[in-house]
Amino acid sequence: MMIEFIPDWLIVFWNWFPVDIQTVLIILGKIVLILLPLLLSVAYVTYAERKVIGAMQVRIGPNRVGFFGFRLWGLGQPIADTLKLMMKEVVLPTKANKFLFLTAPVLSIAPALAAWAVIPFDRGMALTEINAGLLYVLALTSIGVYGVIIAGWASNSKYAMLSALRAGAQIVAYEIAMGFALVGVLMASGSLNLGDIVEAQAGGFENWFAWPLLPLFFVYFISGVAETNRAPFDVAEGESEIVAGFHVEYSGMAFAIFFLAEYANIILISALTSLMFLGGWLSPFENAAFAQGTFLAETSLLWFVGKISFFIFVFFWLRATFPRYRYDQIMRLGWKVFIPVTIVWLVVEAVMFVAKVGPWAV
Amino acid sequence: MMKKIAHLIKSFMLWELLKGLAVTLRYLFSRKLTVQYPEERAPMSPRFRGLHAQRRYANGEERCIACKLCEAVCPALAITIDVAERADGSRRTTRYDIDLFKCIYCGFCEEACPVDAIVETHIYEYHFEEKGTQIMTKDKLLAIGDKYETEIAANKAADAKYR
Repeated sequence: MMIEFIPDWLIVFWNWFPVDIQTVLIILGKIVLILLPLLLSVAYVTYAERKVIGAMQVRIGPNRVGFFGFRLWGLGQPIADTLKLMMKEVVLPTKANKFLFLTAPVLSIAPALAAWAVIPFDRGMALTEINAGLLYVLALTSIGVYGVIIAGWASNSKYAMLSALRAGAQIVAYEIAMGFALVGVLMASGSLNLGDIVEAQAGGFENWFAWPLLPLFFVYFISGVAETNRAPFDVAEGESEIVAGFHVEYSGMAFAIFFLAEYANIILISALTSLMFLGGWLSPFENAAFAQGTFLAETSLLWFVGKISFFIFVFFWLRATFPRYRYDQIMRLGWKVFIPVTIVWLVVEAVMFVAKVGPWAV
Repeated sequence: MMKKIAHLIKSFMLWELLKGLAVTLRYLFSRKLTVQYPEERAPMSPRFRGLHAQRRYANGEERCIACKLCEAVCPALAITIDVAERADGSRRTTRYDIDLFKCIYCGFCEEACPVDAIVETHIYEYHFEEKGTQIMTKDKLLAIGDKYETEIAANKAADAKYR
């Protein structure tokens, strides 16, 4: 174990703390261990997005900014961008509500980061394993809309206001379809604990919930795209008609935090989709003959990261492919297609459950 | 009715959307068309209209005869010409200014010129750092002409049969 490498004086120092403080310190350490890689990957997700969308438009994408005089395919770009945003002034618009104007970015990043508290990265590798993990995630992702609405209102700008209203209506509409899709997952797994939901999908890719719950899987992911205000559901930002939406008036670090929250939410939705429908950290080849004895058959963080990366790629792919939905089409899709589809599939799932077909054939 | 059902099934299979995604996925792996500017450059026509220059004859005499056709044709009124008789009795310009902030690089001056004196070169990387330096005086124009005479002559020759 690692313990042997730690010098004695450090252990003595550590034991000198009361137990309560030790617990708090351990939790803080875990939070840092989750958030630092998360923020770093947010920075590089923006780089990946520019590269992927560039490639799909037959361009190269950023390839100039590197380190120490080496270009390194432009890997220094996100760091340069961050530095630039940190140096810029945060302009407060006249007659804006200053308190709310500065609170809104915090309100939008906090839930995006806090939701990671219950995400299990590997078997037992989560900050907290609470039994209502799914509810917690659902609750926190819906709080994110307050950041958008408050930002839009506090900016004292017509474009921001319009965008906040659009975002509010859109997120409420898709929240419902998303919730119903998750009801399907908890019916299938019989648990609200994210770890148990993943374990219920054990036994290779044929046991993933994505197959019996295929419509819910699609509804959940598409609602996730709408929930994060990404293309093709980005009417809240809508560059062509309302400039940049709720964050028109933001600059510098305040804007950077909105940006961070958007990308943290993308990673979060990707992580949740892979946990609930693609078996999270489980290997797809658990029982496959060719994988036995190799790392391919083992459960590991790598599978989870791979699945998240796939969904993040799909986010970019959708953005590069589809034009923006018209606002009324978004509403129609949310209320008149997704919600009926999920309800119908919940009934189908219940019938399958009672008749013991498919994954419930035991 | 059947058509409606077929349409419904097709849209629930996300068929059209998947087709669109397939197109973008194909382009993801295609060869990239980006021209990486300082190292690579796009090809340029001999007719390219960049920075202006005034040319001389082979014996060193300036071509411009101060006919003012370019000043008259210039749609942006960027050219200003003053004329006086030189000691040898020939008609010459004492002032030939092109304001590059006004110039729209249409190339009319070049086309109007009966003696091919004013030309637009292939130079397109230039800038001004001080107020007033955007005025190209006669001396500056002649200096550019002297420096790039071989290239200007080659471009003129390449384009000659189409003029």
